[in-house]
Amino acid sequence: MPYRACLIMGGAVALAACSTTGASTGNGRPASGAAKTDAEAPYASTYKAYPGAPTALVGATVFDGEGGHTENGTVLFADGKVVAVGGADLAIPAGYTRVDGTGKFVTPGIIDIHSHLGDYPTPSVDAHSDGNEATSPTTPEVWAEHSVWPQDPGFTRALANGGITALQILPGSANLMGGRSVTLKNVPSRTVQGMKFPGAPYGMKMACGENPKRVYGGKGRAPSTRMGNFAVNRQTWLDAKEYAAGDRKKRDLGKETLAGVLAGDILIHNHCYRADEMALVLDMAKEFGYKVSAFHHAVESYKIGDLLKASGTCSAIWADWYGFKMEAYDGIPENAALLQREGACVVIHSDDENDIQRLNQEAAKAQADGRRMGIDISDATVISWLTLNPAKAMGIDAMTGSLTQGKMADVVLWNGNPLSVYARPEKVWVDGALLFDATDAKRRPVSDFELGQPGEGDVK
Amino acid sequence: MSAARTPRRLTLLGTLGKLGKLGMACAFVGAFTGMNAHAQDFAITNATVATGDGSEPIRNATVVVRGGKVVAAGAGVTVPADVPTSDGTGTWVTPGIVASMTDLGLWDVGAVQQSNDTSARNSPFSAALDVAPAINPSSQHILISRAGGVTRATVSASPSGSIFAGQGAIIDLGNDADAVTRSRAFQVVALGEAGGRLAGGSRMAAHALFRNALREARDYGKRARISGSPAQSAPRQSGDDIPVDPRMLDNNAERGTDTLLTRFDAAALVPVVNGTQPLYVQVERAADIRAVLALKTEFPRLDLVLVGVTEGWLVADDIAASDVPVIADALDDLPANFEELAATQSNIGRMVRAGVKVALNAASMRQPRYLPQYAGNLVALQNVPRASGLSWGQAMAAITSIPAEIAGMAGKFGSLTPGAAGDVVVWDGDPLETSSAPVKVFIDGVEQPVDNHQTRLRDRYRDLDESDLPKAYDW
Repeated sequence: MPYRACLIMGGAVALAACSTTGASTGNGRPASGAAKTDAEAPYASTYKAYPGAPTALVGATVFDGEGGHTENGTVLFADGKVVAVGGADLAIPAGYTRVDGTGKFVTPGIIDIHSHLGDYPTPSVDAHSDGNEATSPTTPEVWAEHSVWPQDPGFTRALANGGITALQILPGSANLMGGRSVTLKNVPSRTVQGMKFPGAPYGMKMACGENPKRVYGGKGRAPSTRMGNFAVNRQTWLDAKEYAAGDRKKRDLGKETLAGVLAGDILIHNHCYRADEMALVLDMAKEFGYKVSAFHHAVESYKIGDLLKASGTCSAIWADWYGFKMEAYDGIPENAALLQREGACVVIHSDDENDIQRLNQEAAKAQADGRRMGIDISDATVISWLTLNPAKAMGIDAMTGSLTQGKMADVVLWNGNPLSVYARPEKVWVDGALLFDATDAKRRPVSDFELGQPGEGDVK
Repeated sequence: MSAARTPRRLTLLGTLGKLGKLGMACAFVGAFTGMNAHAQDFAITNATVATGDGSEPIRNATVVVRGGKVVAAGAGVTVPADVPTSDGTGTWVTPGIVASMTDLGLWDVGAVQQSNDTSARNSPFSAALDVAPAINPSSQHILISRAGGVTRATVSASPSGSIFAGQGAIIDLGNDADAVTRSRAFQVVALGEAGGRLAGGSRMAAHALFRNALREARDYGKRARISGSPAQSAPRQSGDDIPVDPRMLDNNAERGTDTLLTRFDAAALVPVVNGTQPLYVQVERAADIRAVLALKTEFPRLDLVLVGVTEGWLVADDIAASDVPVIADALDDLPANFEELAATQSNIGRMVRAGVKVALNAASMRQPRYLPQYAGNLVALQNVPRASGLSWGQAMAAITSIPAEIAGMAGKFGSLTPGAAGDVVVWDGDPLETSSAPVKVFIDGVEQPVDNHQTRLRDRYRDLDESDLPKAYDW
């Protein structure tokens, strides 16, 4: 539907909408130059937006995801796109369904940059453990989308309780290079292709520190130390550069991914806790000519906010997890606030099928912990930690992440301020289609797995 | 000393506000006079007070603590003339949070095995294990939880080598060496999926092992003439009815060869089978819950507490009829395994509505200091169509008075009832709200320090300026 919408809509809005989706080629692949064939871009997205009515949300407090906020705002969307955002005086065109948001709040759809829904789905049985190809320290050849089980009930909870409309599914962190991530629309589908976010670039998961050296050192092979981690990484990058510079006649799945990183087409998402290790990784990126889009789980980012600002690297973090492993010992609840004050990019992530349902509360806790040490960050800015900032770090900010004319109408209507513990999503739209409505018992997804089981279709 | 006798009026939030600007978070310690290791008398006026007993918060109310105990809490309370008084305008005052089923004091770093005493897969003992001597009152997790308003907790290990995890303790989180209020306060057993795996591979194995263990314990207890009634031991802080440790008795209890339990484990289970020590049963599935409740017909003296209970709402009436209390996972709503298929955040609300006594399980969240947030989420469910939540007062009770009651400490802590311990937390807003945090924490009337490794790091990295010296000199 987003692409169909481009054709139907007229005027400047249509132009904006189409250009922001990266001049999509209609098969959902990013168009870097010529359209890619199925062989060049296999497993292409087949996602099409579901139908939605032209909708006018009126009377709510609107956080636009870019740090702006409007009291008694009006949000218009139609044909899957945001048409306009304004105040109470914004004219509502004929044919729009009015939704009264008085006393309520509107945000862009929440985006989780770090999820394992689908590759570590529930029920969490061994047969479902598909997140770590822990047979080699570098597996850039694996793609998370080949592990994702679309029937994971976790997707439905993330939608209904967390307002999640897009999310990045990452391989696990056993490996230095864990493989390609996949960015999904949080839309139920029979296939993973039907969830793939059209036009989203791939990411590649990397991991620092304890995990790779423990997993492989435990097997009596490299790496068994942090210096081993770097040695294996550097040699792998050297080999990848050679491959990238060659004729590439013999295909190598792993090196294709690495070459994509070196070319800037694939974004690096690096699991890394300690500040000193992040600083080393930034130098490794310089050495080989790639960029780290985001450090994930970066509990010590607050120690190097200046370096992270300079490198333009986001910190995807929890509000206050700490202590569960040695490299998490120095985690503090003020991490996000200290980074924000330093001018570095903050993203609140979950890495958890339960916390993905409460990213808004995690952000609120981080905001409050900052305020208590004298760092005041506005609600509207805090909402950007969950919307535009992750969209940027995932390379989808031209398409979603804020309530901006022409962007995808990924929208959450909350029944209170989302930074309050007492607020929950009342309605969630993805590309303008209403996919969750707390006031309509049937307007909630139920996974195949849950049919005929106790609690089918229950409030969850 | 004269200052302590002179009523003083200080604004708790006003003090804080200034400090926020100065950036000296520790400086408000001393807003009350006479700070030392002894309980001080104090009163807080004009605050919003929640007593923890299930009632809704009271505006413009007063709390008075004398001699380490709550004297009065509510509206229209008169503060005795010699009690130092603070103006609590803008603050909320509650009893300290009571965290059930924590591992506080048992670990430093989860993945650093040497620092982690939460499980003992290779121990020859199971039920005999006793967490009390392992608890470290200086653990950072105790300090951090205390700063989050948690003042009391139950502590237990995890079942690992056997279905029995061993004996848990009740602790306070005070800044002193004496954390354990009551040792051997309860025994923990896992049934259901986890218990089945630990017992050898099936639920039948777990039930057989469990019955055999109680049979051996009953037999051992008779032979050893271990009294079923509580005996007295040396009095502790509030231990007025701590029984003797049956493991240490040697009454020449002969044992046949048909035994699975070590003598130590059998002795430890005697109080369980005699009903003098509560048995906490970890169980999730509705069918497993029914099977546990049915144990009461075979072992009528069992003093059961259910833990986890994700599918409790399906058997809520049975649980209510049994009078067995529940320490429930707070927000589980995913079929994490095949015994939690019916998981829903409305579980607790539905059980409470059916008349079940429910406390929140701190083990179902990453950190005990999340208890107020999780309780707040249950309040939020009241505004979700078809969901079952809790009222604000019920939610607060589920993290204060009810866990205290389940721990056998009703009226001793967990509420602002006259005579209860002076465990008082002053918050900068609604304590269940994500934006709120404690500004003062008292345990037994003693104001507690709230600094820890995290606050020290925060203060060091308040800025990144190293123009004069490295950060290592900033302390």
